[in-house]
Amino acid sequence: MDYPETLKYSQSHEWARQDGDKVVVGITDYAQEQLGDVVFVELPSLGKTVSAGEAIAVVESVKTASDIYAPVSGEIVETNAALADKPELLNQSPFGEGWMFKIRPSQTGELDGLMSAAAYRQWVESQ
Amino acid sequence: MIAEKKETRLESPLIFEKSVPGRRGVRPPAVPQADLTALLGAENLRPEPPRLPEVDELTLVRHYTGLSRRQIGIDVTFYPLGSCTMKYNPKVHEAAVALFADLHPYQAPETAQGALQLMYELQADLSEITGMEATTLQPAAGAHGELTGILTIRAYHASRGEHDQRRVVLVPDSAHGSNPATASMAGYTVQEIPSGPDGEVDLEALRRALGPHVAAIMLTNPNTLGLFEHQIRAIAEAAHAVGAQMYYDGANLNAIMGVARPGDMGFDVVHLNLHKTFTVPHGGGGPGSGPVGVKAHLEPFLPSPQVVRRGEGFALDYDRPQSIGQVKSFYGNFGALVRAYVYIRMLGREGIQRSAALAVLNANYLKELLKEQGYRIPYDRLCMHEFVAQPPEGFKTVDIAKGLLELGFHPPTVYFPLIVKEALMVEPTETETRETLEAFAQALGEVVRRGKEWLEGAPYTTPVRRLDELQANRKPKLRWEPSGQ
Repeated sequence: MDYPETLKYSQSHEWARQDGDKVVVGITDYAQEQLGDVVFVELPSLGKTVSAGEAIAVVESVKTASDIYAPVSGEIVETNAALADKPELLNQSPFGEGWMFKIRPSQTGELDGLMSAAAYRQWVESQ
Repeated sequence: MIAEKKETRLESPLIFEKSVPGRRGVRPPAVPQADLTALLGAENLRPEPPRLPEVDELTLVRHYTGLSRRQIGIDVTFYPLGSCTMKYNPKVHEAAVALFADLHPYQAPETAQGALQLMYELQADLSEITGMEATTLQPAAGAHGELTGILTIRAYHASRGEHDQRRVVLVPDSAHGSNPATASMAGYTVQEIPSGPDGEVDLEALRRALGPHVAAIMLTNPNTLGLFEHQIRAIAEAAHAVGAQMYYDGANLNAIMGVARPGDMGFDVVHLNLHKTFTVPHGGGGPGSGPVGVKAHLEPFLPSPQVVRRGEGFALDYDRPQSIGQVKSFYGNFGALVRAYVYIRMLGREGIQRSAALAVLNANYLKELLKEQGYRIPYDRLCMHEFVAQPPEGFKTVDIAKGLLELGFHPPTVYFPLIVKEALMVEPTETETRETLEAFAQALGEVVRRGKEWLEGAPYTTPVRRLDELQANRKPKLRWEPSGQ
């Protein structure tokens, strides 16, 4: 199980990473393993304004469908179009090619409020 | 035995693939040629005949008999599908249904008094069992009943001028997916209420979510973990205090039927699944039946028509100005109603209570047997009609399910409810013997003892092996395409 040190994590198993003035978001290695083979990803529409904790995307696997929550508030400025044809990227490369969307944050500090890799690993192990 | 298993593993061609041009099972007598163009209009005629399979009668019989032998059902094996109440469907029902075979839905009500009496008495029996004051028999299935119930609530709020204010329906995180889907279909926003550590609704979280903007709360009791919601009275009081309606999803009524009544717990609306709880055959897509019972204040909004007593006889009452309208052609799935009626009348009050008690006893017995086989029980206390288990550490639920198929059992519900990882949701029902429960528990132990390597390859001797679920979801083949087209 991977927990990259450079990322921040939410309790609902999203990861987030600062990338210039944007925050890149995806689901964690643990999340993709729990979901099983992903068959469909529903991404938020570009330009949508979202608040932290809001359900804005859906990942459907052979087992279940799961909401994906915005880890920070802001505007959706980019989504990963490759996931439409290759949802398996979420399983194969959750922290890389399987990223889901980018948010331009409207508030400072929300990213820092998320968990560190160590805290998230502890959270997962307590589940 | 081995030879037979081998035979069932052969790829079985479709009936179309067995077709030979010109071959016939039956040659009907010649009929005078009619002028179809004049009768039907040229635009309604096919340019060429339909591509129907052409086979002899014996090939046809063998084809469908072969398919029927691959079928799994409650008449073939134990079917402990959690939340589905796969109980035995008594064969006497079929004799009762046959009595009504010549009835036509368009015939005058005066000439169908027996059918109307049956419906009238079933409305009354179901109202009595659920603690409600009126029941409609129209909805065709559970989810349809849910929608009917929520639309009834919506009409009630609208009649009080509160439709615009009440836009939210609350559902617990362990709810059946059809609950949020229903609320959404009826135009509501869904808000999820978390479960507490004991597996019951978190009452404080619920109280925080309640307010004058809430139209209804949808709950099952016992809930999806098979646990009785002890706080149900407090939940209902809190909901009613802000004018919200209490909706009871009858999926789990089997546990409490005849013992506790949703109406007495404070629910305003109940839907039932006659195809689960009341022994109407279940599965394969129907026909089901999802009657909806309501308290008196919601009665004017129920679908039209209702069966009523009029003078000495029974009639269909269409004079219901506040009704949400008719929700099903004719009067519901009448055959299902006959089966449920016969079941209720054969069991009577005591039999119905005993049925619920045995359903709960069977579930608890099986839960203890599973513990002996190394299965984990995340909410381990006395359960109701079903319980949720997890496989021994390191084993995957999907593999356990496939292994059970190899041993001849239909697997339990898997990966539901969503709040339990690797969930196995088991509902044995009251109609299974102790020996069957013990054999099933042994099988669950056996698949684990055979080990992961064996499990990952299972099933081995079923008509098909493991299906490619990923491709089946992504690129489903929904129909057969003739070759060369």
